[in-house]
Amino acid sequence: MYEHDVIVVGAGGAGLRAAIAAHEEGADVALVTKLHPVRSHTGAAEGGINAALQEGDSWDLHAYDTMKGSDYLGDAPAIDTFAKDAPEEVIQLEHWGMPFSREEDGRVSQRPFGGLSYPRTTYAGAETGHHLLHTMYEQAVKRGIEVYDEWYVTNVAVTDHDDPEKRECHGCVAYDIKSGKIEGFRANGGVILATGGLGQAFDHTTNAVANTGDGCAIAYRAGAPMEDMEMIQFHPTTLPSTGVLISEGVRGEGGILYNDNEERLMYEYGYANNDGELASRDVVARAELTEVNAGRGIDDEYVHLDMRHLGEERIIDRLENILHLAEDFEGVDGLDEPMPVKPGQHYAMGGVECDENGETCIDGLYAAGETACVSLHGANRLGGNALPELLVFGARAGYHAAGRDMKTAEIQTGPSAESEAGDVEPPVEPGAIDRGSEDVAADGAAVEPTSVIENTVARERERIETLLERDGINHAEVRADVQETMTDNVNVFRQEEGLKTALRDIREARKEYQNVAVSDPSRTYNTDLIHTIETRNLLDVAEAITLGALAREEFRGAHWRAEFQERRDEEWIKHTMLAWEDGTPRLYYKPVILEGDEETYEPKERSY
Amino acid sequence: MSTQIEKQETETEEQESEPAVESPGEKRREQKRQRQAEREAQRETEEATLDDEETVTLKVFRYDPEVEGKQEPRFDDFRVPFHKGMTVLDALIYARDRYDSSLTFRHSCRQAVCGSDALFVNGRQRLGCKTQLSDLDGPVRIEPLPHQEVVKDLVVDMEHFYEQMHAVEPYFDADEVPEGDLEEQRQSRENREKVKMSTRCIWCGACMSSCNIAAGDNEYLGPAAINKAYRFAMDEREGENRKQERLRIIEQEHGVWRCQTQFSCTEVCPKDIPLTEHIQELKRESVKNNLKFW
Repeated sequence: MYEHDVIVVGAGGAGLRAAIAAHEEGADVALVTKLHPVRSHTGAAEGGINAALQEGDSWDLHAYDTMKGSDYLGDAPAIDTFAKDAPEEVIQLEHWGMPFSREEDGRVSQRPFGGLSYPRTTYAGAETGHHLLHTMYEQAVKRGIEVYDEWYVTNVAVTDHDDPEKRECHGCVAYDIKSGKIEGFRANGGVILATGGLGQAFDHTTNAVANTGDGCAIAYRAGAPMEDMEMIQFHPTTLPSTGVLISEGVRGEGGILYNDNEERLMYEYGYANNDGELASRDVVARAELTEVNAGRGIDDEYVHLDMRHLGEERIIDRLENILHLAEDFEGVDGLDEPMPVKPGQHYAMGGVECDENGETCIDGLYAAGETACVSLHGANRLGGNALPELLVFGARAGYHAAGRDMKTAEIQTGPSAESEAGDVEPPVEPGAIDRGSEDVAADGAAVEPTSVIENTVARERERIETLLERDGINHAEVRADVQETMTDNVNVFRQEEGLKTALRDIREARKEYQNVAVSDPSRTYNTDLIHTIETRNLLDVAEAITLGALAREEFRGAHWRAEFQERRDEEWIKHTMLAWEDGTPRLYYKPVILEGDEETYEPKERSY
Repeated sequence: MSTQIEKQETETEEQESEPAVESPGEKRREQKRQRQAEREAQRETEEATLDDEETVTLKVFRYDPEVEGKQEPRFDDFRVPFHKGMTVLDALIYARDRYDSSLTFRHSCRQAVCGSDALFVNGRQRLGCKTQLSDLDGPVRIEPLPHQEVVKDLVVDMEHFYEQMHAVEPYFDADEVPEGDLEEQRQSRENREKVKMSTRCIWCGACMSSCNIAAGDNEYLGPAAINKAYRFAMDEREGENRKQERLRIIEQEHGVWRCQTQFSCTEVCPKDIPLTEHIQELKRESVKNNLKFW
């Protein structure tokens, strides 16, 4: 068994920031990651990092924009904390040597971004995430922070108590991918889950293959509720064959979207007559899919994004990176032909419920970054707000887990924060399968940390042995079934019947999953095994997304419902929460907090 | 691959001729073998129905120190249906998910930023995800990065590479820290431009694998690590003291002077970093630095 004060699971932006913070606080900290830190998906972020740095700008303007952008589903304490902490975090990155783009006077550059009332997005070319990730990894190296790379955390070790709010997390269990060894990790201060996104629940996503919602599913099964899981952001311009992102910059520079009849769809079909191609992400994504569904898509699948008219010089000057992406990943020369694009899953606004200090309702269990839902982005994340989120809340989780005395959180977590019970009737009893083998609490009334961890290790060993030993179907089939139904039914457009179909399909996939087995018998670098365990996690997050989408009977932010075409503030300014109860998700609601530090946010129509 | 199938068939026959006492575990393993054989057969049938013009053949290096029959390195052929825009990584994923789930390789972002799928494809170091099959002559030969220890199939041990990266103290370390939490260190646009290309490294290891010197000298820092040293030594914000220390690191016996300017690192770098040039520039810096003491 390994022992540290703080264990951080996942070593992307949030994980690295948390580890550095815990280390600064004097804790002995370790990063456990299924990749290597520099392979994390934070490196793929292009846009930038929002922070109010200049005179004339201020944290409360940033907070206001974020609340409005969230379509009033964000919690004010989270948003205020975020906007206040962001500037210092960004300048700290600068002190750590991050190669930001610079102004003539040598200060970091800031540019305008969608939904922002002030140009407050700092950036490093169009590779901001790459530079942020590497700068932070460098700082982790400088501090000698221990990294267990290519170790896959399969579960957390949590005490057994009926009430999740009385449970304690003592550590986690990880599988060494290189050797096949399964070991317990004891964390005296806390375990921070920073495992990133869950895009692989969909078959078309900008997310990395490793983004399988591991942290979400692990925390959920341990008893920490998932919040606002239906809020999935779809990006309108991704390459059809891979999901690789084509930056909003193309439309910003004047790129035009055409349908199969070579019509400029945004204007000719009147989707956004004022803004055209520069309408907000959700609007453009819906427009593209409407065209495809009406039979005006190309190959019944996508539309064209044309930038040829901008001229070679301007394209190479400002959009060179896009030429490479189209060429390398789609085999299309953007100078000679239009690029095929379609909407793709991009970001999960929901996640593991936690407070401003990153803590979940389970003592000692934290979540940060895309895995978490402090309730910052609400129903819609503004571009440039994901990177400061992982800095601010990664750091806070790290400090708190390492024992820093911090202001008591205003956001309440756990089932006791319930305002009302959910009343959605799913077509099937989702998830009420395979209980027992997946129970997460330690056996009996054990409260001694070591035995809690040992029991969890024993269960994980048994689970992995079983998967390796028995015969069965390949996980890839189950994974593909889930991804397909999610893309067919829980995509940009959602309607009741489709959501119910998806729940039935997920239930079917759950049954199928009972028969999965790993056919590669090797203990050495068994990716078949890793992907099989990941698929289990995808089932839980896919189900949560779908149940949340079925429950939320309104149109808010990224969540569009055929039957409900309006935002219904009176009834729906509340979070959809899912708690794991003996393998069955229990739906309930939690009020949104609109009372901020300075003023109470009044819901207004979100129009730009 | 055919040898493996034959082997499985033989084992099956043996089982049938000796229906001795079967333990539950043995029964499971037997079912597992049968299932594997069925998959192989399904793959053969599926491959047989593919039209030659619509497929691409991969010759993939296989090795697993643990599994009998895979301990001896060999190449397996996979015929994969081809479509426009398909990359080497797409083909490998298809082969793994449809034909043989034990086929092992690293990959994650599949957009050339995570650096995990550097492979030796048709005799050259490339990222699997950004290499279009249409640009390659078939059959496409896929091997692990040369000069690295193979862990399994296409996965190599990156430890040595990481150690060399860490050896150059790869972190920003300014002589003076600005006072105040919101006070920036100014950097000129020109200086940022100077270090820009060097900051694009994704640690894929292609350069190290392509370097003849690194292949023969295990202690040579190698192009990626020297480029990392360049990234900081040329950053005006770090200051003169730190620069002196950085030059001392790269001047060591197995540092910049080992480079023989063969340009193979620069040739294979998937991020177009002028690695050889950066190494030469550090050599010049080093000379200038030493001359001033004479």
